[in-house]
Amino acid sequence: MSERWLAARYAALVVAALAVAGCGGGEGGGEGGGGGGGAAVENPVDPATAGNVAGRVTFAGTAPTMAPIDMNAEPTCAAKHASQPMQQAFVAGSGGGLPNVFVYVREGLEGLQFPTPPQPVMVDQNGCVYVPHVFGVQTGQSITIRNSDGLLHNINASPTVNRPFNVSQPVNMETSRSFAAAEIMIPVRCDVHSWMNAFIGVLTHPYYAVSGADGSVSLPGLPPGNYVVEAWHERFGTMTTNVTVATGETAQISFEFTDDMADAHVPLGEPVDLAHPDGHAVAD
Amino acid sequence: MRREWRVSDDRRVGALAIAVTVGAFAAVAAGAVVPARAAAQVDGQAVYQRWCAGCHGVDGAGDGPASNTMLPRPRNFISALYQVRTTATGELPTDEDMLHVIDVGMPGTAMPGWEDVLGRDERLALVEHLKTFSRFFQGAAPTPLEFGRAPGASAESIVRGQEVYQTVECWRCHGQAGRGDGESAPTLIDDTGFPIAAADLTESWAFNGGVAVEDIYRRLRTGLDGTPMPTFSDIVDAGVITDDDLWSLAHYVRSLSPEDPPEVREVVVAALLQDEPLPDNVEHPAWQRADRFFIPLVGQIILEPRWFNPRVDGLWVQAVHDGAQLAMLVSWTDPSESPDPLWAPYAQRVIDTMGPDDEGAATAPGAPDQLVIQFPQILAQGLERPYFLQGDGRRPAYTWTWQSGVEGAIESVARGLGTGVTQPNGEQHLLSAAQHLDGQWKVIILRALDTGGAEDLAFPLGRAVPMGFQAWDGDNGEVGHQGAVSTWYFLFLEQPTPLAVYVAPPIALALTLGFGLLVVRQARRSNGVRTSDSREPTRDPRRETEA
Repeated sequence: MSERWLAARYAALVVAALAVAGCGGGEGGGEGGGGGGGAAVENPVDPATAGNVAGRVTFAGTAPTMAPIDMNAEPTCAAKHASQPMQQAFVAGSGGGLPNVFVYVREGLEGLQFPTPPQPVMVDQNGCVYVPHVFGVQTGQSITIRNSDGLLHNINASPTVNRPFNVSQPVNMETSRSFAAAEIMIPVRCDVHSWMNAFIGVLTHPYYAVSGADGSVSLPGLPPGNYVVEAWHERFGTMTTNVTVATGETAQISFEFTDDMADAHVPLGEPVDLAHPDGHAVAD
Repeated sequence: MRREWRVSDDRRVGALAIAVTVGAFAAVAAGAVVPARAAAQVDGQAVYQRWCAGCHGVDGAGDGPASNTMLPRPRNFISALYQVRTTATGELPTDEDMLHVIDVGMPGTAMPGWEDVLGRDERLALVEHLKTFSRFFQGAAPTPLEFGRAPGASAESIVRGQEVYQTVECWRCHGQAGRGDGESAPTLIDDTGFPIAAADLTESWAFNGGVAVEDIYRRLRTGLDGTPMPTFSDIVDAGVITDDDLWSLAHYVRSLSPEDPPEVREVVVAALLQDEPLPDNVEHPAWQRADRFFIPLVGQIILEPRWFNPRVDGLWVQAVHDGAQLAMLVSWTDPSESPDPLWAPYAQRVIDTMGPDDEGAATAPGAPDQLVIQFPQILAQGLERPYFLQGDGRRPAYTWTWQSGVEGAIESVARGLGTGVTQPNGEQHLLSAAQHLDGQWKVIILRALDTGGAEDLAFPLGRAVPMGFQAWDGDNGEVGHQGAVSTWYFLFLEQPTPLAVYVAPPIALALTLGFGLLVVRQARRSNGVRTSDSREPTRDPRRETEA
């Protein structure tokens, strides 16, 4: 193997890691090695020819009112919040941005297989909320679930395509789980604290991100080509856009969710089949 | 391990008539002749459509015609989330797990056991058929967890288990005393968004996964998928507690319920207290000694609006009297003191889920908890009793009604459910007190055996007086006709033992002994010669005794 080839592989891994970090994981920790099982897959993307997708998710219209979360019964958690914690179904971003939108490549990666990142994605239960509230993970990739509150949480994941789990964590501790199949999105809740919920997007590839506080998203390192990118929000449903990626360039995308989308269908538990990417197909 | 009420056939038939859905199926099942099966392959699909589809739906989606009278809803076989398994959380059940649930049913739910109804080959065919509903079963067969053997229970293990109960915070949902009254209990929903009650750990006979310590331990290890009950395997793996601790927890949970399921006895005996005062509060030590009678309750589904989801599935009744007054203590599990604002959303969810289309059905929460104890207003000769739902125009019921948030219990006369007319102010004779603690109501009611009131039943001694019960949990959406009811039972007030019982036997004994000695002496004196003297005394004692 040539030195150049090794360098390319290394670069690809870094890109994949960045993509994961970009969607809220990245804190590392835990016992790593969440391999997807089976033979190792090499990253099919040559970073030398790759391009990027970047842009912003915004919100226009009257922002929905979120109810305050009553944490009086949980002083430990209440003390961790500088201001009154609110329900997280809608979080207003800075400059009109819309955070917590899961943006991912829905079509255009047909036939490509991607390695399972060895580093886990971290979700923390801190202050009786899930941090992050929305995140992505690759199939087979380990999710490290941490309890930083030191009081009872249970992590009750209710997928449709995947099998569920419901794990208790009564003290500060970590536990790990993973999902085998792509699914948009998997609801997670804590039955002890009924306000606690999170959403997980599971994909077979690393091209996903969650919009930040200013609504910005970035999907780096895509092979050149045409893609359908979808944005998913837990209250306003989904929007899609077509984008063309060219080598070394950053293609711009933008999604504007509006208040009249409040009753939109919000996909949960739907499979993403890269081989048959015609809409939200049913698994069986 | 199955719930076995010791009841008369008569009572069982009555209960079935009341217990709609289960009842209907079980009654049909019990009466059906098991069809002669062909020796060849049993058609699981046919067995399913005949026996299971009514609740679980023709396509296995848990949405059969009877399903909307059930909470929890029947299992949806398509999502393949099974509560009672020997496999890890999220894993499929083994074939044995599925067969086990088909065999013994799910206590505490509408799912009956089929072991006595269907042949083994039919039940095995059902297992195979259920698996065809879900693509998840197309993969590799699941591997059961290894559980080891239960270490024996000891006082130490139960104490340790109580500590673990605190450490892993079972009380969050199940409450400090285990009655399903934890702070998170009113917010619980299952995987389909329906309200779900945290199990009452003091009623092990209604544990849907079984009553043995091994069963409880397995539920702790596997969780109950599709419900808020999580697995506790991860905390053992992480070293937070040991496997022995989890066994101790199982022992402790088991210790919260009586050793055996309660025996249902038709006659509640009110013991006579002599030389001690009647208990006048719920904490009185006399209640520790008084016998406890379990009265099962079912939803009221005869009169509209009906109620298929009663919270109160049984009452514990104790009674004592002193010849002048009767005191009765009724205790039952109820997680909240209704109406509790924390429980209002739960009540609303139950109403939305379970409310029948019946006219007059409750639409909003806010009702109190209630208890009604009913008697016939007039004691009939023989076994004739008023209609079991507070009588009718011909035979009225004399009732005692207690309500949460209202001072004192009241006497009424009813001619049908909910038609009670309160006795006038001067004619109220009940003394009562109530306590709500750790998810349990205790209500004590005292009344003179004979109030002198023309409308009141006078309690006779030594005679079985018909007695029935109704109970409502307002925070479970229950009000009006929508509550829990019992059939008729009896109250029997012990009679003072007549003096003759104590006096006559010693006299008879003494006389017998005396005459016996006389006979022996006579016999010795007469040296074996039988005379009329020797026969005479043997007749005398008999005459004395009979006198």
